[in-house]
Amino acid sequence: MERAIEVRGLVREFKGGIRAVAGIDLDVAPGEIYGFLGPNGAGKSTTVHMLTTLLPPSSGSAKVGGHDIVKEGPAVRRTIGAALQEAALDPLLTGREHLKLQLALHGIPRADRNRRTDELLERVGLRLAADRKIGGYSGGMKRRLDLALALAHRPRILFLDEPTTGLDPQSRSALWDEVVRLKRDEGVTVFLTTQYLEEADVLADRVGIIDHGRIVAQGTPASLKAEIGRPTVEAVPTDGTQPSALEEIFGRFGELQPSTTGVAVRLDGKGDLADIVRALDSAQVKVADLHLHAPTLDDVFLAKTGRSLEGSEEPEEPAEAE
Amino acid sequence: MTSLTAQVFHLARRSVLRTLRQPANWITPLIFPLALMAVNTGGLDAATHLPGFPSDSFLSFFLAFPFIQGALFATVNAGVDLARDIQTGFINRLALTPMQSAALLFGHLGGVIAMGFLQAAWYLGVGLAIGVRLESGVLGGVVIFVLAVLIVLAFGSFGALAALRTGSTESVHSLFPVFFVFMFISSMNLPRNLIETDWFRVAASLNPVSYLIEAIRSLIIEGWNGEALALGFSVCIGLAIVGLTLSSLSLRGRMART
Repeated sequence: MERAIEVRGLVREFKGGIRAVAGIDLDVAPGEIYGFLGPNGAGKSTTVHMLTTLLPPSSGSAKVGGHDIVKEGPAVRRTIGAALQEAALDPLLTGREHLKLQLALHGIPRADRNRRTDELLERVGLRLAADRKIGGYSGGMKRRLDLALALAHRPRILFLDEPTTGLDPQSRSALWDEVVRLKRDEGVTVFLTTQYLEEADVLADRVGIIDHGRIVAQGTPASLKAEIGRPTVEAVPTDGTQPSALEEIFGRFGELQPSTTGVAVRLDGKGDLADIVRALDSAQVKVADLHLHAPTLDDVFLAKTGRSLEGSEEPEEPAEAE
Repeated sequence: MTSLTAQVFHLARRSVLRTLRQPANWITPLIFPLALMAVNTGGLDAATHLPGFPSDSFLSFFLAFPFIQGALFATVNAGVDLARDIQTGFINRLALTPMQSAALLFGHLGGVIAMGFLQAAWYLGVGLAIGVRLESGVLGGVVIFVLAVLIVLAFGSFGALAALRTGSTESVHSLFPVFFVFMFISSMNLPRNLIETDWFRVAASLNPVSYLIEAIRSLIIEGWNGEALALGFSVCIGLAIVGLTLSSLSLRGRMART
């Protein structure tokens, strides 16, 4: 089956020799949600701009929907929809006017424009606000309209560049639901950039982690987490429990880890949480609390780059093309 | 796929809507040039007694000026709108559609031209209402409309050029005083042959704005002056060609989509 997105050695250099994207390879299957995870300035938006034909690559190649992004720009644009990082809307136009303009520029016949506009407004929950100027919309409403605009011409492939940045939890959740629905009901391929671990974990079928313009890890969230290590179990002793007794038991299951609240062990395969509970029970050692810490995508990022994704930030990606 | 004409229509419609929804953008060009005309006419009416002055009504003589100043307002406003589209990324939204690049430029200019047409009707209507008589008759009025729209197109192309080159609303705003200097160092207040200060007369003769004013003025106070009209239309069309060519080249760089 032809890949929805196929990228080989894609590079983008800006003035001063800055390599925002330093040679990436990735494949996205049709109907897949691909999460492109990385800190600010890692090269996510530059990649999206190249794949959506807004920025010519310095070298390398990519096909989107089977079309070369350099040689077949118009065909790529007909295939894709995109909601870029800045929800670029005209504050003086209404939501309905935005959609009608977008549909008209896509060549949708006049007779279909009104119907499609109503359909999209209903879908993103903006029917009641349709005739209000964008200047009065909340951040979440703007993002929803942005998504509706990206979907106006029924694209097969959707690019979402940090779609939930700055949104409240309710709006974020609503947008996640819509992305899942698009994949499930319409088979839309989604290329989603994010700096939120949870978003990539919840939504993405596969994740690519980008840092300093290079993909440092790629795979399903589960496989990436499994790749970097086993879970850790941490126990908080009760007042009467000797930590040494806990350490002795935990030591049977792996290497002890530093813990600020009690005793922790990284499991080495000799047992799991249930085995630890059974061992504690048979030794009649009581604990106040017991946690299982499964590896997160942040642990994956830490393992691959030596630093944590949360709070990590690169200098802003250059805005000016070479 | 929509045709270029349809794309231009939709973008021009947006441009007009934007202008109408920012009252300062259409009230100022309608009121301010006429207010300045009233002040200048009151203060300089005595100039009509100068030997060789081409009209006995300074109001009729000066009515050409609002057309130029109004075009300047419309131009700067449109340039600012285009620069804002670049700053906010709206231009990227448009670039992701099958829209042809030229449609963006001509759509914006279409909005400016619509505004120019409205302004021309207003200035001419007010002028006629307060006693100005068109020596060239009804057909002359039609030619004034054509000329006014061409002037707006020519000025507008330079506003668009500034927006596309800089992508900055502040930079486009800074054009305003530059254009203003061009307006004042022209034959707006006196015919060039009556300007006695040599450097000013030379500067006014080198200034293309003088020929635009004189073309409109000739239709109001003289009738049909072939030379003034030929010079006015030539300057106007020349400016439009230069402005549109440079804007198109800048647009190519600004919308570097593949």
